[in-house]
Amino acid sequence: MRPLTLTRLLLRCAILAAILFGVVLLALKLGAVQVSLYGLGKDLVSVLLRHTNALSSDYGMIVLDIRLPRILLGIVVGASLSVAGTSFQALLRNPLADPYVLGVSSGAALGAILALIVESHMSLSPEMAGLITPVGAFIGAALTISAVYLLGLRDGEIDSTTLLLGGIITVSFLNAIIMFLMTTLSGSNLRGMAFWLMGDLSTPQPRSLLYFLCLGFIIASGAIYTTASDLNLLLAGEKEAMHLGVDVPRVRIVVYLAASVLTGLAVSVSGAIGYIGLLVPHVMRLIFGSDHRMLLPASALGGAIAIVIADTLARTVTAPTDLPVGAMTAAAGAPLFLYLLRRRIA
Amino acid sequence: MSTAVRHPLPGDASRATSDVRLSVEQVSYAYAPNPSQAPLFTLEALSFQAKPGEVVAILGPNASGKSTLLQLIAGSLLPLSGRIFLNGFETHTLPVKTRAQRIALVQQESRLLFPSRAWEFVMQGRHPYHPGLRFESDEDIAIANNALAQVGASHLADRWMDKVSGGEKQRIILARALAQQPLLLLLDEPTLHLDIGAQVDLLESLRRLAAQNRYTVVVVTHELNLAGEYADQVVLLQRGKCLRVGTPASVLQREILEQVFQAPLSVEMTASGRPRVTLFSNK
Repeated sequence: MRPLTLTRLLLRCAILAAILFGVVLLALKLGAVQVSLYGLGKDLVSVLLRHTNALSSDYGMIVLDIRLPRILLGIVVGASLSVAGTSFQALLRNPLADPYVLGVSSGAALGAILALIVESHMSLSPEMAGLITPVGAFIGAALTISAVYLLGLRDGEIDSTTLLLGGIITVSFLNAIIMFLMTTLSGSNLRGMAFWLMGDLSTPQPRSLLYFLCLGFIIASGAIYTTASDLNLLLAGEKEAMHLGVDVPRVRIVVYLAASVLTGLAVSVSGAIGYIGLLVPHVMRLIFGSDHRMLLPASALGGAIAIVIADTLARTVTAPTDLPVGAMTAAAGAPLFLYLLRRRIA
Repeated sequence: MSTAVRHPLPGDASRATSDVRLSVEQVSYAYAPNPSQAPLFTLEALSFQAKPGEVVAILGPNASGKSTLLQLIAGSLLPLSGRIFLNGFETHTLPVKTRAQRIALVQQESRLLFPSRAWEFVMQGRHPYHPGLRFESDEDIAIANNALAQVGASHLADRWMDKVSGGEKQRIILARALAQQPLLLLLDEPTLHLDIGAQVDLLESLRRLAAQNRYTVVVVTHELNLAGEYADQVVLLQRGKCLRVGTPASVLQREILEQVFQAPLSVEMTASGRPRVTLFSNK
C-alpha cells in the first residue's frame, strides 16, 4: 500500500516540468531559421547583467517575439485541452470522451465564429473585441456539453454508446453550420478560418489575450482540481460515488463549467485541435495510474509537452511553410489511439 | 475523524435512550415515471427495528421491492410516507458526507472504468472523512489495512481489482464498506455471483463483523437458507407488501413461503433451531 503523498506528487510534476522545459528549449531552437541557444543564452545574460540594453543579434527577435509567444500559447492550449479531456472522461465515465469527440470543440468554434460576426456589427474597443471570441467560445462549449449530456442520458444514467453517438452527430451538425457561415466569408479570411478550424497556433495573439488565457486556465483547472478526489470515486458511477459521500450535482456543475471554460479558451485562440484531450490523459494514466490528484497535473504538463512537440514538427516538417498543428496531432494521434485501442486500454 | 455536531431532532430523547439503532416506521414508497400516471410500483407501509450487532435479511421474489427498501434505508430515495431513523436521525435528511460516515452500501456490482489496486479501492471508503482535496493519513492507511484484514483479504492489497476472483472482489468491496466505519451496513444481493462456499464465507464474515464492530447489517438476498442460518430478523416482501417480520423461524414457514414463491417446498428445523428450506419441482 503506497498512497499518493504530496512529496511524490510534486516530484513527479517536477520531472514532467523539466521535460517540458527541455522540449521548449528545443522548440525555440528549431524552425525555418536555426538558432544557437548558446548564443541566445549569452545575449540574454548580458542583457540581464545590463552590459547591453537589448538583444544584439537579430535571431533574438525570431526566438523571443515569434517562437516564444507561440510556444507559451501552445502550452496553455495543450494543458487546457488535456485537463478538459481528463475531467470529461471521469465525469462521463467514458474513456473515449474528450472535447473534440464530444463536439464541445465544435460548439466552441461555432460560438467563436458567431461572436466574430456579432462583433463586426458592433463598434467595440479593440480590447473588448479581443475578449468577445473567448466568451462566445465558452458559451458555445457550455451549451454543447449540456446538449450532449442530455442526449447521452438513458433512464437517468449516462449511457456510453449513446453519449458518443450523440457527440458524433453534434459534431457533424455543428460543422455543417460552421461551413454555412464560412461560405459567407471572403476569400482571404477563408484560408485563415480553414486553418483555424483544423487547429492552428500560428496566428499571433495579443499579449493581453495570453494573460487572459493563463488566468482562465489557472482558475478553471484549479476548480477542477478541488474535485480530484471526487472524480476518483465518480469513475465507479454517480450512485456509488454518492453513497461514498460525493456531492455529485455540485461536482458535475463545477467540472462541466470549468471544462467548458478550458475548451472555450483553447478553441478561441487555436481552433479545434484533436486528440490532445483524448490521448494525453490515457498515456498519463498508463504511467501514473488513475488517481486524479496525480493525473490532472500530469495531464496538464503532458498536454503542454505534446503540443509543443507537435507544433515544432508542424513548423519544421514543411519549413518554411507552416502546417496547422491540428493536422500534426491528428496524424500522430490517430495511429497511437488505434494502438491503445488494440491494447484494450482505451 | 469527523466532529460533526449531531443536532437532536424532536422525539430523539426516547429513541436515544433505547438501544434501537435502525427504526423503519410506517415507510411507503411509490414509483411513477410521471406524476400524472398511476404508480408502476408501490411499496406499502412497513415497519421494523434493528439493534446494533443485529443482522436483518430482506427476502422476497423478484420485483417485491427489496432493493427499493434498501435504497430508502440508505437515504437515497425519499419515502412517500413514514420515516426512517438511524440513531434518531432521519437518513435522507443527513448531508451526503455525514450519511456516508454512518451508512455503507454494498451494491450488486461495482463497475470500474479504469482498474485500480485493491488498497486504492478500499481507501475510497475513507473519502467521507475528508473535506475536499486531501492525501491519506497514517490513520487512513491503518483503517484500510484493518478493514482488509477483517475480511481476510490482506494478501490481496496490491492486486488489481480486475484480476481477482468474484469472491475476492466481493470481500474487497466489503472491506471498503468497513473502511467507512459505518453504523449501518447495507448489502444488496452480495452473494449474487458467488459459489456456495464463498456465499457461506461472506455471510459468516458479516455475522462475525456485526457482532465484533456492533454494526447493524441489512442484507437483501434470494438465499432463503443463508437468511435462515445467519439473520436475527427476516423481512419477507411480496409485490411491494410486507408479509411478515420476525425471527427466521417465525417467518420462514412452509405455508407462507409456498404462497410467496409459488412452489412446493418443505421447511425443517436444524439442531440449532434454524429453519432449512428445500424446494421441490413444480411438476
